[in-house]
Amino acid sequence: MPLRIPRPLYDQLRAHGEETYPHECCGILLGKSTDADLQVIEILRAGNTCTDSAHNRYNIAPQELIAAQRQARKSGLDIVGFYHSHPDHPAQWSPTDFAEAHWFGCAYVITAIEKGHAALTNSFLLAGTTEDDKTFTDQPIEIKDPTHQSSIR
Amino acid sequence: MQIHIPTPLRAYTDKQETISVEGTTVNEGLAALVAAHPDLQQHLYTPEGKLRSFVNIYLNDDDVRYLPAKEDSPVAPTDELTIIPSIAGGCCSR
Repeated sequence: MPLRIPRPLYDQLRAHGEETYPHECCGILLGKSTDADLQVIEILRAGNTCTDSAHNRYNIAPQELIAAQRQARKSGLDIVGFYHSHPDHPAQWSPTDFAEAHWFGCAYVITAIEKGHAALTNSFLLAGTTEDDKTFTDQPIEIKDPTHQSSIR
Repeated sequence: MQIHIPTPLRAYTDKQETISVEGTTVNEGLAALVAAHPDLQQHLYTPEGKLRSFVNIYLNDDDVRYLPAKEDSPVAPTDELTIIPSIAGGCCSR
């Protein structure tokens, strides 16, 4: 199940990680979930509440999640995923990311920021139904260019 | 009261995003929700019956954990409960 995202939004979430470097950025993906894919239609930047360890931790305040859910509801969208950055660390999920992942069926997008510049961006789908059987699976990212042509990476 | 269901839990509410239940407290509302949709039980509560640590319950704009009466807080018919799992993580433990 690919993650489909317009190029401008893809670029924005990567730029967010560069702006907050050397701290982690985080945000919320709004869109639509179908049987075939997750479509990102809007991204919302969020504040990282882990101010004392923002270089290697992120947390989105529940109030921001509730506001995002309200906004999504008004727009006929859903929360379909989240993004954050790994400053000077690979774009792979960490044990902390896994332990703190609870949004089944949603995308967790991670961008590696190397010395302030966005490098690889990966997406992982949280599969499973419970805390006991959950897994992160690699999720292709399909970037939709403004010309409506798509490129898969 | 109305209870807003987050995306991952709608699989257990017949894809309903918002559910109306009867109840005069947060606990009564949640109990009515689980009675109507029993599969939610294991996702909201531990086997010991406590709310899972990563499940946040908001009464309108207030975190129920920080209300004086917590889950026994009174709820009016026009109030809204929101269930929102936490979002956190990070690259490593340097």
